Amino acid sequence: MSEIVLEGRNIVRDYHVSGGLFGKPKTVRAVKGVSFTLEKGKTLAIVGESGCGKSTLGRILTLIDPQSEGELLIDGKPINIAKDRVTPEMRRKVQIIFQNPYGSLNPRQKIGEVLGEPLLLNTNKTAAERRELAMQMLVKVGLGPEHYNRYPHMFSGGQRQRIAIARALMLSPSLLVLDEPVSALDLSVQAQVLNLLADLQDEFNLTYVFISHDLSVVRYIADEVMVMYYGEVVEYGTRDEVFSNPQHSYTKTLFAATPKSDVASIRARLEKKKAAA
Amino acid sequence: MGRFAEFWFYFSVNKGAVIGLVTLIFLVLVAILGPFIAPHAPYEQYREALLTPPAWQEGGNTSFLLGTDAVGRDLLSRLIYGARFSLFIGLIVVAISMVTGVILGVLAGYFRGWVDALIMRIMDIILAFPPLLLALVLVAILGPGLFNAMIAIALVLQPHFARLTRAAVMSEKNREYVIAAKLAGAGHIRLMFKTILPNCLAPLIVQGTLSFSNAILEAAALGFLGMGAQPPTPEWGTMLAEAREFILRAWWVVTFPGLAILVTVLAINLVGDGLRDALDPKLKRS
Repeated sequence: MSEIVLEGRNIVRDYHVSGGLFGKPKTVRAVKGVSFTLEKGKTLAIVGESGCGKSTLGRILTLIDPQSEGELLIDGKPINIAKDRVTPEMRRKVQIIFQNPYGSLNPRQKIGEVLGEPLLLNTNKTAAERRELAMQMLVKVGLGPEHYNRYPHMFSGGQRQRIAIARALMLSPSLLVLDEPVSALDLSVQAQVLNLLADLQDEFNLTYVFISHDLSVVRYIADEVMVMYYGEVVEYGTRDEVFSNPQHSYTKTLFAATPKSDVASIRARLEKKKAAA
Repeated sequence: MGRFAEFWFYFSVNKGAVIGLVTLIFLVLVAILGPFIAPHAPYEQYREALLTPPAWQEGGNTSFLLGTDAVGRDLLSRLIYGARFSLFIGLIVVAISMVTGVILGVLAGYFRGWVDALIMRIMDIILAFPPLLLALVLVAILGPGLFNAMIAIALVLQPHFARLTRAAVMSEKNREYVIAAKLAGAGHIRLMFKTILPNCLAPLIVQGTLSFSNAILEAAALGFLGMGAQPPTPEWGTMLAEAREFILRAWWVVTFPGLAILVTVLAINLVGDGLRDALDPKLKRS
């Protein structure tokens, strides 16, 4: 068994909603005690419908928001950003890629600055070294050095997502949280980005937490699958276990709701229509 | 370059804005070249030519194109030198109020909570006074003079910048690129002024130009009330105040400074409107 990169023990996240001037303040529990472990080099997919708490969990894992209760361990070290400051070493371990590549790049920043910023803030590398590393990373994610001096608005959605991936990898993190990284992209571009992610995982031995609601994407990339429903984990296991033998009724509904587009199922659907007519 | 070409494309659609810009450039040139193009010194009194009418009127004199005032100073030369004062006032006032307003607005919009409440309530108090009245009170406390008038006007105009900045920062703050920069390890100062602020600049530029004309107007008003630039400074508002008693006998001493203020303010407002149309993406036609 290889080393465990990420571990969550009973993670809870509450949101306090003030009830306005006269109402009572309410507490919404978005994540209700989630536990999991993730080994190095593996991909954990978190699946669920909108509002089930999967993005909230992603923000906790990326050290953006603190957990309300429970323990989060990264590389075996417990961390709670509500109590202690995030050190640069911790920052370097976890990075995130957002769903919307149009909002995740600063429109006033050139690509070179986007990629150089993490190095500038966390390392003592000179401008020339930063430039060199950024160029190399651009090539690795399938862009070219000629893109170094361009602005984000000059790129397509898929290219922007590649830039976002490159930025996340600049600090060579061990863990990458992908918050629906392909759901804003075209189908053909989705496949390219997913392949790129798979290649990078092999090359850098990265660990992924892949948040998604697209089961076909999850089946392609995940090693383990966690299904969330209203803040709770209703199913957690390896990909094959979950996909071949879903236990919970919500998981079954979820699988049944996935549109089938293979030829056999389309034929079957047409037959059914004919029979009904 | 591409961005500037795009900007110019949208700006030049607005004919009024282009006319305003041409006028403004002309005024700036006049102000810069003042000593070379003014026919006389602004303070020199020609005792033999008191209240000479403009050159085209009967009794006019071509050496005083726009006539002279009550102590025989050439009106055209004083107007040319006055352009320097007015543009200088506009520039300094906008600079002071923009810098302080933007810093306060960014702090309020970024930190929210009690910082926001404190800053914005102070801004509300300033906004609750009629601007000219507040400027008058401030000048009365600081003592009359051009520099004190500029500080007073800057203080009066500054809440507009603070509010605008705060609103823009609040909408940008939760965008994903800001979170990404935070994850890259950017501190508060860097997030505020390097990541967020450059994306809030368009409305601020527009507000800056509009405040420029406001500042000129209010400086003229303060000058007219005797609280701004002091005679014999050839500031337009002060010139108007000095000429008040001759309004029936010599129309030119009041008309030309008034026209100068009108044209300058109008030109800058037109440019400001054009800037707003060109920089506001919501108004952009594709």
